[in-house]
Amino acid sequence: MTAAVQTIDCDTHPSVPDLAALLPHMEPFWRDSIVERGIDSIETASYPPKSPLTARPDWKGGRKQAAATPALLARDVFDGLGADLAILNPLYGVQLVLNEDMARAFTRALNDWVKAEWLDRDPRLRASIVLPMHNVEHAVDELERCAGDRRFVQAMMLVGSETPLGRRHWWPLYERLEKLGMPLGIHAGSSFRNPVTSLGWPSYFMEDYAAQAQAFQSALTSLVTEGVFARCPALKVVLMESGVTWLPAFMWRLSKFWRGLRFEVPWVDRPPMDIVRDHVRLTIQPLDAPDDAEGVARLIDQFNSDDMLLYASDYPHWQFDGAAAMPPGLSPALAKKIRMDNPLATYSRLAEATP
Amino acid sequence: MARHVAAAASEIAPGGRKLVEVAGRAIVVFNLAGDFFALANRCPHQAGELAKGALCGLVKSTEPGVYEYSRRGEMIRCPWHSWEFDIRTGQSWCDPQRIRARRYDVKVARGSELVEGPYVAESFKVAVENDYLVIEI
Repeated sequence: MTAAVQTIDCDTHPSVPDLAALLPHMEPFWRDSIVERGIDSIETASYPPKSPLTARPDWKGGRKQAAATPALLARDVFDGLGADLAILNPLYGVQLVLNEDMARAFTRALNDWVKAEWLDRDPRLRASIVLPMHNVEHAVDELERCAGDRRFVQAMMLVGSETPLGRRHWWPLYERLEKLGMPLGIHAGSSFRNPVTSLGWPSYFMEDYAAQAQAFQSALTSLVTEGVFARCPALKVVLMESGVTWLPAFMWRLSKFWRGLRFEVPWVDRPPMDIVRDHVRLTIQPLDAPDDAEGVARLIDQFNSDDMLLYASDYPHWQFDGAAAMPPGLSPALAKKIRMDNPLATYSRLAEATP
Repeated sequence: MARHVAAAASEIAPGGRKLVEVAGRAIVVFNLAGDFFALANRCPHQAGELAKGALCGLVKSTEPGVYEYSRRGEMIRCPWHSWEFDIRTGQSWCDPQRIRARRYDVKVARGSELVEGPYVAESFKVAVENDYLVIEI
């Protein structure tokens, strides 16, 4: 890596135009099945195409989709926002597919499409391996299949899982990730096996989106209490598009109850916030904080760590205007950690290749 | 500092406890297999009465799913928030360096030593032939 790399965008989203784009990357049986069955799209309700959140207007322009090509992403993320490297986190509904074999075929095709249509077209791009979420053997297989290409820097699941992500049946995946030195990225969104709130289905998109923070709280609690970090002491987890400011308050709550209930989970041998500080990272957009520098400083102070936040634009989602992806009022030293040092420490593969 | 006779040793059986008042302080005395230990009857968290807590063992773990259970009956859980305290040291499990219950030394003495003084037996008579629990405050 050259010394010129100063900013790494850890959460960007390439748009899949339609399912037809993935067909060249599927085996003939699935290619024909899709045509025969007339499946043309697996978009999810997590990001409605016309929702303002899904695509910032100036990035979308007059197109049907924002982030449609590597050139557009380069224009906005590299030229416009000043990043030097960007990690692609494809959000396409492969996690929703109920047939495990079809889900695997679609997921493989998505990862191969990212390689061919994005990674091969701009050396500044890196990507997450999208994992099948309903069969851990398939997830491990897909990780192994893709991990040889070192432009893949982490593996990704959606926070809305069928079972809590800390449960032991997931551990073969986490053990493999730890051996590979790759983080587990958990992104907002759902496989819709469960309602998107813990109370059942909400009526409005606004509820769905705001409730992502609840899902992240439950997923993080599961990872800690089930003992994933005791089992895999070198594993890093990145929460992406999770929001940020809920974390200190929620971890205060979890750490408080740990004091009286820790006998249930004796492998959690220190306060949960200490474990999270060592193992968990968050991308900074959307930063659900007040706009003033003083408020931001107070919130960041509550993390009691300069290591946890990673720069991200969440491109092309509309989380901020202009080039204000970073919160106001950060010290130059902390800003540098968020833009460069923390991503490099989290994603060991980023330091390897020369862009 | 004065030495106070807190109870007759025979009043607290192994595994038992007794709440006593010594020099105006509420103190809970435990008998762990014949050894006596005393803690202030006041959790350092929010002053819950430790004397009303549940005795438990110490559970630790080397990996998820492994429960290493030892020292049965040597920990007390505060009845309010279940924080665990080591009866021998007063240390909390959750934050042993910063949070600990006040601990007092307990000595066992024959009544024949006590009647000579200068011990303070506040609430009962001392018989020369019995053993007593003495707390120094």
